[in-house]
Amino acid sequence: MKLTGLTAVVALCAGAAFAEPIAPGDVQYSEYGAVEASLSGAAGDPENGAAIMVNRGKGNCVACHAVTALSDAPFHGEVGPTLDGVGGYRSAEELRGIVANAKMTFEGSVMPAFYKTSGFIRPGDGYTGKAAKEEDLTPILTAQEVEDVVAFLMTLQDG
Amino acid sequence: MKLKAMTALCATLAMAAPVVIAGGADDDTMVINGEIEMVTKTAAPEHMDNVSEIMSGWHFRSDETQALQLDDFDNPGMIFVDQAIDAWNTVEGSAEKACASCHEGPESMEGVRAVYPKWNESAGEVRTLAMQINDCRTNQMGAEPYKYDSVPMASMEALISVQSRGMPVNVAIDGPVAETWEQGKELYYTRTGQLELSCASCHEENYGNYIRADHLSQGQINGFPVYRLKNAKLNTAHGRFKGCVRDTRAETYSPGSPEFVALELYVASRGNGLSVEAPSVRN
Ligand code: HEC
Ligand code: HEC
Repeated sequence: MKLTGLTAVVALCAGAAFAEPIAPGDVQYSEYGAVEASLSGAAGDPENGAAIMVNRGKGNCVACHAVTALSDAPFHGEVGPTLDGVGGYRSAEELRGIVANAKMTFEGSVMPAFYKTSGFIRPGDGYTGKAAKEEDLTPILTAQEVEDVVAFLMTLQDG
Repeated sequence: MKLKAMTALCATLAMAAPVVIAGGADDDTMVINGEIEMVTKTAAPEHMDNVSEIMSGWHFRSDETQALQLDDFDNPGMIFVDQAIDAWNTVEGSAEKACASCHEGPESMEGVRAVYPKWNESAGEVRTLAMQINDCRTNQMGAEPYKYDSVPMASMEALISVQSRGMPVNVAIDGPVAETWEQGKELYYTRTGQLELSCASCHEENYGNYIRADHLSQGQINGFPVYRLKNAKLNTAHGRFKGCVRDTRAETYSPGSPEFVALELYVASRGNGLSVEAPSVRN
């Protein structure tokens, strides 16, 4: 983990090809919770992003949000606002920050942080109800998966 | 960039004051067996913050599920009550006694469920109904305790609860239980697990909203033990708590643990004024 600062720099400077992902603990949030640089150093794949958003073990975003473009997946939730058109009024930087850790944008939000690994109360081992095995959890989404979700959200232009 | 920052700020401000619409609960009325009129919505007790009206989880279920609770012949939970009547009369343990040896018929339990969990003076502890049942089994009967969240336990709780059906929940929160109640309140608002959600995140901030296919209720326990269509058995409140905590990707507490006893006292008190409904039916 000593290398993380360096890795972040590498990720910022180097092209996509050799970039190491920015570790969850090293993500830099702006005052309003936005994240400038790609977490993986690579562009996102919107199609994979859509798949992650409806996957229960991954984003499961539709548990809380309605998204017309994903209406093939059943049972969209109402806990969060609809995401239709969100790519039109939010920048990729803002969306990256919201997906990585929404609490940096919306204080006290019920929306879970998808790219965060420590600082939890009674962290569990996934959905087993047992104690987590490692001190640092695996983030719910990988750096590339966050980028994929952001790329998909950017396609939601009208709503 | 200036414009974007502004938009972000505006959106954040708009979000900062969420209008929580306490929608989603229907306006049906619950009358059991055509005669017991149930209070399923009433003013929130004074000790409760952020909620003005308390509602039974029944209001958030489909018409079909609701209907199953309106008549004891349709209510699958009543089968377990019948089994518990047998257990009530069965001699068990080294003292060669049954519940009936000390308490006569189950009707003698009228009013009991409405005030539990409550303080037990001689033991100097807050006791849930399950703890009291096991205290009788071990200390009075010399029998094995029931497993805390087992079906025999849930069934016995249901038999005792049904004697108070329609009576208002009236759990004390002051005096010797005050400290435990505060502990339960703290647990209710603690955001646990990798999803960082508390009971309040779902059942106070979002009741009435759908989360996937589930319509979020206020998470009241006036209907416990509950027959769930999902697992086709009676379920205890601690079993439900465990499932909800697990769903936050957290390490749960165990049924019967001091933490869940405190949480039960607190959650029960949030239902003060609602009718005892057990055994209720949910999906
Ligand atoms: C447990 C509920 C929950 C889950 C799961 C969830 N969100 Fe959210 N989300 C919210 C809430 C609530 C808000 C509104 C912000 C607030 O007030 O907290 C929100 C806000 C947002 C916003 C900002 C919308 C706007 O109008 O500015 C975006 C974008 C978003 N979520 C995307 C996602 C994505 C993508 C996922 C999955 C990877 C996801 N959410 C999962 C509850 C959730
Ligand atoms: C991630 C969301 C979530 C969290 C956090 C959560 N629950 Fe639940 N809970 C649910 C859902 C969904 C249901 C099923 C629908 C309903 O009855 O609300 C449920 C049901 C319940 C019920 C059954 C209500 C009935 O009428 O049958 C109780 C009691 C309950 N929860 C208590 C709690 C307590 C106590 C906590 C905190 C320890 C908690 N819940 C945390 C989502 C949650």
